[in-house]
Amino acid sequence: MDSEFLEISELRRLLDEKKISSVELTKHFLTRIAKINPSLNAYLTVTEAHALSQAQAADERIAKGGTAPLLGIPYAAKDMFLTKGIRTTAASKILDTYLPPYNSTVIEKLNASGAVLLGKNNQDQFAHGSSGESSAYGFAANPWDTTRMTGGSTSGGGAAVAAGIAPYALGTDTGGSIRNPASLCGITGYKPTYGRISRYGVIAMASSLDTIGFLCLSAADAAVITEYIAGQDAYDGTTGAKEVPTYHSQLKTDLKGLKVGIPKEYFVAGMEPDVEKLVRDAIKDIEKLGATITEVSLPNSKYGQMVYAIICPSEVSSNLAKYDGIRFGHSTANAENLLEVYMKTRGEGFGAEAKRRILTGTYVLSHGYYDAYYKKAQKIRGLIINEFNEAFKNVDVLLTPTSPTVAPKSGVAKDDPIFAYIADQLAVNCNLAGLPSLSVPCGLSQGLPVGLQIIGPQWGEQQIFNVGHAFQTATDWHKKHPAIG
Amino acid sequence: MIDSETVKKLAQLARIEITSEELPTLTRDLQKILDYVEELKAVNTDGLPEVAQVTGLKNITRIDELAPSQATRSELLKAAPTTENGYVKVKAVFE
Repeated sequence: MDSEFLEISELRRLLDEKKISSVELTKHFLTRIAKINPSLNAYLTVTEAHALSQAQAADERIAKGGTAPLLGIPYAAKDMFLTKGIRTTAASKILDTYLPPYNSTVIEKLNASGAVLLGKNNQDQFAHGSSGESSAYGFAANPWDTTRMTGGSTSGGGAAVAAGIAPYALGTDTGGSIRNPASLCGITGYKPTYGRISRYGVIAMASSLDTIGFLCLSAADAAVITEYIAGQDAYDGTTGAKEVPTYHSQLKTDLKGLKVGIPKEYFVAGMEPDVEKLVRDAIKDIEKLGATITEVSLPNSKYGQMVYAIICPSEVSSNLAKYDGIRFGHSTANAENLLEVYMKTRGEGFGAEAKRRILTGTYVLSHGYYDAYYKKAQKIRGLIINEFNEAFKNVDVLLTPTSPTVAPKSGVAKDDPIFAYIADQLAVNCNLAGLPSLSVPCGLSQGLPVGLQIIGPQWGEQQIFNVGHAFQTATDWHKKHPAIG
Repeated sequence: MIDSETVKKLAQLARIEITSEELPTLTRDLQKILDYVEELKAVNTDGLPEVAQVTGLKNITRIDELAPSQATRSELLKAAPTTENGYVKVKAVFE
């Protein structure tokens, strides 16, 4: 291979033209993981034998003329995705030795399309965080500067794709957990419309906000992958009956007639000037491709991070109630009675951030505080949704920065209970409103990546892929890679 | 105001044993989070509906019939820390 950073279409060509086999490609990534992962901590589990047997099977399908887009191409998955018989931890000690008895729907779909699982990525524990630092297994380092964080919570996926040790990595995005590391690691990250991709068999964080997506090398790759993993699933009642379009074949590079809104509130106080400049430059590039740009106002968006800080822990406290030491996961060895089984199992198993969110959620949902916090947050969530709906009457997409800063130094998140909420302030409204969003790299500030966020209306994936693809056809920020390995 | 007694009560409700070292940190952190969201109280939300979801879907069910499962009974049981005669075993509920 002449590059560690080949997009899916390029890998496909190499496989179809028999320049490389899936086994060779898989060995290439496994070798590179063995060499680079110790300095990045991007993978918690590397599934070498499993990967080689999937690659072998893919080569047999290719030999028989199989050419499905993802056939024989390796990928990685956040450790939130249940993988049958393969350790799945959510980066928490409470699932330290958990071997799931079934696969999540997305893993099943990728298995069917002949994709090759390289391993399971590090992450914030139960996806709680924007730094990767709440992992029970140490944090993942940013390949651009290993003294800095990757962002999170899909921290290992960000590090892996940015370092060329996975062509793409499945992630989850509840408040920015795919787009934030995409931005800080200089890669493309896709968060779907809520309900576009099944969450069955993915460990739940906050169910009214959780979405499944991935980090990859380009908007074109995002379009291809989405076609294969999206769609209605009887096992996830929130998935819509909407047909899955052939996103990739409908990609455009000409944005003539596209109406773009720039929400002025997203250029927040405290934003790094260089980040703002690079994002504004990218907006000019998109204007040159034929789009018309207008400023819009979303005045309630500034409350999103606070609404999230109430709704997310509320749903977390409910979803994490299932970790009781009875049916699966860690179970204490020191209990005298049933109550102690619960108390000690959970006290021993959960990390600090999980405890913080469970207790916060328990508080804001409790009698006497429910109206003041939870109900209030739900009502403001409605205001935020209405405001987006109004904006999308006049524009096709919104462009904003993904994160107000480049990657911060590692270690700053650990003792700050509101770090995650502030870091996700530009991403989180998409989750509250269920909107699709793509983060694409749009420059380097003192050698560190900056991300442009492209937000579409519900089910507007084609628009955001088009804008990302047109931008990446006209610029080469997505082809900048860190000097690693 | 969040004090250590409140945190102890919450931990009991949430079935999490917390240590004496964790207690002051959690008390401080919870207060910090509540201070952070304080600004929401000033937003006028009179008469607005509470929004719990974004799909607009209602009462989604699937047909109640047997379908092949990826997981077998024995695999599901194997995930449990203690089992006996094909059942998940728990400590006595009644004294």
